[in-house]
Amino acid sequence: MQIKSRISNGTLYVLLCGELDEHTANYTKLTLDELFSKPNFQKIVIDLSELAFMDSTGIGVLIGRYKKMKDKNIPIYICNPSSHAEKIFKMTGLYEIMPKIV
Amino acid sequence: MKYSNFMEVTFKALSINEGFARVCVASFCVQLNPSVDEITDIKTAVSEAVTNCVVHAYPNAIKGDITLRCELEDDVITITVIDKGVGIKDVEKAREPFYTSKPGEDRSGMGFTVMESFMDEVEVTSNSFGTTVKMTKKIVNTMSEVRC
Repeated sequence: MQIKSRISNGTLYVLLCGELDEHTANYTKLTLDELFSKPNFQKIVIDLSELAFMDSTGIGVLIGRYKKMKDKNIPIYICNPSSHAEKIFKMTGLYEIMPKIV
Repeated sequence: MKYSNFMEVTFKALSINEGFARVCVASFCVQLNPSVDEITDIKTAVSEAVTNCVVHAYPNAIKGDITLRCELEDDVITITVIDKGVGIKDVEKAREPFYTSKPGEDRSGMGFTVMESFMDEVEVTSNSFGTTVKMTKKIVNTMSEVRC
């Protein structure tokens, strides 16, 4: 897993590259928490265009980050999910808390 | 005549082996010429079953084994994931959506739900000597001429 980020116009853009499963979950959690702890953005967009695989462990990681950012009133959005990731998001209702944007 | 094939692999219950298990099953399934969607569904179901073993089966420091078995009978694949761990106390409860026995660990509790959604059948048997998850899926995209 490789995580790239940039801040533009008050939005933190995060690109997840690789596979998100139990093996990479901890690194992903720690890296996202560190990025999300910075004070200079009001919105987060997680770009999944480079995510090659994800299972329900990834859902747990995302829900955990949502809970943390909800307390700070910072919304998280998902963009460019694969059709497979989309299937899991719809099954688990993730889009209800992290809406998809284009 | 029925087409049949079989493979079995055993590996240590470490998270690094999840990717190996996924690739292993996907490579074996290719002989049925599944669609990309079907392969991804199977890889995800395998990943969920193996993750359950890695996270729950061996709570002590010494990790045990996971056996992954794949059987092909015509256009049906049967995948069995076996551990010799502590077992699941309440299988029915564990299969409920969003149920997790580790609520403080950012876990979705959707592992079995994903397996059930992506495979045609999921059978779980568990006791204090281990757990076996048996999943089947019919490959709709099969092209018999690729078998040689």
